[in-house]
Amino acid sequence: MKSSPFVKLDGVAKRWNGQLGVEGITLDIPEGSFTALLGPSGCGKSTTLRLLAGLELPDEGKILIDTKDVTTSAASDRNLSMVFQSYALFPHLSVAENVVFGLKVRRVPKKERMEKLHRALEITGLLGLEDRKPGELSGGQRQRVALARAIVAGQRLCLMDEPLSNLDAKLRNAVRKDIKKLQRDLGITVVYVTHDQTEAMSMADTVVLMKDGHIQQVGAPEDLYSRPNNTFVAEFVGAPPMALLEADVLDGFGEGKTIGIRAENIQIVPKGDGRMCCTVTESEFLGAETLIGLDHAGATGLSVLKPGLAMMAEGNEIDITFNDENLHVFDVNGQRLAG
Amino acid sequence: MSAHANLERRRQAIYGWLLLSPAAVLLTLFAFYPSIATLWSSMFSRGTRRKPTEFVGTENYAELFADPTFWLVVKNNLLYAGVTIPVSIFIALSMALWANGKIRARGFVRTAYFTPTVLPMIAAANLWLFFYTPGLGVLDQIGSLFGLPSVNWLGQPETALWAIIIVTIWKEAGFFMIFYLAALQTIPEDLKEAADIEGASRWTYTRRIVLPLLMPTTLFIAVNAMINSVKLIDHLFILTKGGPSDASKLILYYIWEMAFAFFDAPSAAAMTIMVIAVLGIVAAVQFFYLDKRTHYQ
Repeated sequence: MKSSPFVKLDGVAKRWNGQLGVEGITLDIPEGSFTALLGPSGCGKSTTLRLLAGLELPDEGKILIDTKDVTTSAASDRNLSMVFQSYALFPHLSVAENVVFGLKVRRVPKKERMEKLHRALEITGLLGLEDRKPGELSGGQRQRVALARAIVAGQRLCLMDEPLSNLDAKLRNAVRKDIKKLQRDLGITVVYVTHDQTEAMSMADTVVLMKDGHIQQVGAPEDLYSRPNNTFVAEFVGAPPMALLEADVLDGFGEGKTIGIRAENIQIVPKGDGRMCCTVTESEFLGAETLIGLDHAGATGLSVLKPGLAMMAEGNEIDITFNDENLHVFDVNGQRLAG
Repeated sequence: MSAHANLERRRQAIYGWLLLSPAAVLLTLFAFYPSIATLWSSMFSRGTRRKPTEFVGTENYAELFADPTFWLVVKNNLLYAGVTIPVSIFIALSMALWANGKIRARGFVRTAYFTPTVLPMIAAANLWLFFYTPGLGVLDQIGSLFGLPSVNWLGQPETALWAIIIVTIWKEAGFFMIFYLAALQTIPEDLKEAADIEGASRWTYTRRIVLPLLMPTTLFIAVNAMINSVKLIDHLFILTKGGPSDASKLILYYIWEMAFAFFDAPSAAAMTIMVIAVLGIVAAVQFFYLDKRTHYQ
């Protein structure tokens, strides 16, 4: 067994003209895992990926891939492949030429090239489209060409920079499954950048949530969901996100703290029996359940889920309750308190 | 067909003709009619006081083919085109690739390259006259520092045409560079990154990705350079006047000489027709043949 992780970032920092890019990124990625870098725009997740790819060089820190120090290596020496957000397909080359471009550059013999091309196109379901130009393909097909190009060389590490953001919602769901299956079948290590938390939560083994160039939390999706490190994670992960209450709304929590509670842990109770009294602001019918938005002076993002179609009139006053074991407590600085 | 549909069709037709007519009128007046008039007058003899003009058919053309100066001029022009077109395209491309990179003083470099284009050809020719002048000229001054003998670049048949060629390349390359620069900016940055990750060298990337994507621009520039190699003769008037002994004479200059120095309008007309024919054929080949092999985005 390997003792050291496949990819290791150690205290990596990159600044743009003195401004913050990313700072103190330390991350271990085991071989064969699916890691998602998640965060809002401008949080440094793409920068982290580009540092890993060798498209940018870090100002500080070390990057190791397969126990080799690649901190200052050229992108081509890192033995990885990449899928770009724009796909970066060569517009004048056919699908086949696009896919084997790297093999040709690396002087792979023609016979082997054709075999690998066939296999990559088979896996991505592109057989029969070999001679098309990217301009003649649909968005989903282009995306698959980019995937085929990334897997054709058989690199063990594949980086993906928001590969689904140019697809429509339905296609996105389908391709999400395809990518996950591909990663499992080929046993490759994937580092995947996205701003969409559903994508990250549903695909990744490990989610790395970032904000303003710093890592906020690293963990399995369920860890981020059920044990958020701080209020940012709490509010970013989950749909609907966690509601945050000021501690003085409830008894027995002391001053300055923040309490988090998820919508599914809140129950509506008859008037007078609840721990809080709120006003209904909106009702959103989601199909299997209805999301009721609530307003309370000491809370943000408060909502409750009711099964089936259960619209409530705006302005209604209702009482809600919840169990203490479902509460998340954060200190004055928004950090999670043990428990 | 019902009446209103018929009316509508007629309205559309009239509308179309109205849109077409300004261009049609101007082109007819200033392009088609002069071309045909030229063709017509090329088939008449040159009238003198004693011998009036008469129809001679292709005699003017036959005379031209028998004229050794004509063939010398054609040879000069072919060499001129054969050198200026590829060299100026190559230099323009190299300058654009360089000026598009991440270099210091990029704005300055671009401006410097573009300056020759802004200068009128006559001014540029005067500038180069100062470079080429024996004894006083910059080239000779530099040469004398290394003990080289004075050379009359414009005054000897072996070098005159080459001196002209260099001025043309200097003038054209900066202009073509701008087109390449514009085209280079439409190539997305991530293509370079994707090629990097695939392990392509800078040269492979340029050859397999950049040059093919620049083909539409190259085609456009090639057609322009070809037309310029016939059209651009302003500097001849300043630098050599086609001499010495016709060594640097180009075809348009010869046409001008025929028409306005020797007053042989029919010969000039015949030559003009031949130039139009050759240019037309070459442009057609460039567009119809190369167009098919070019990727447009």
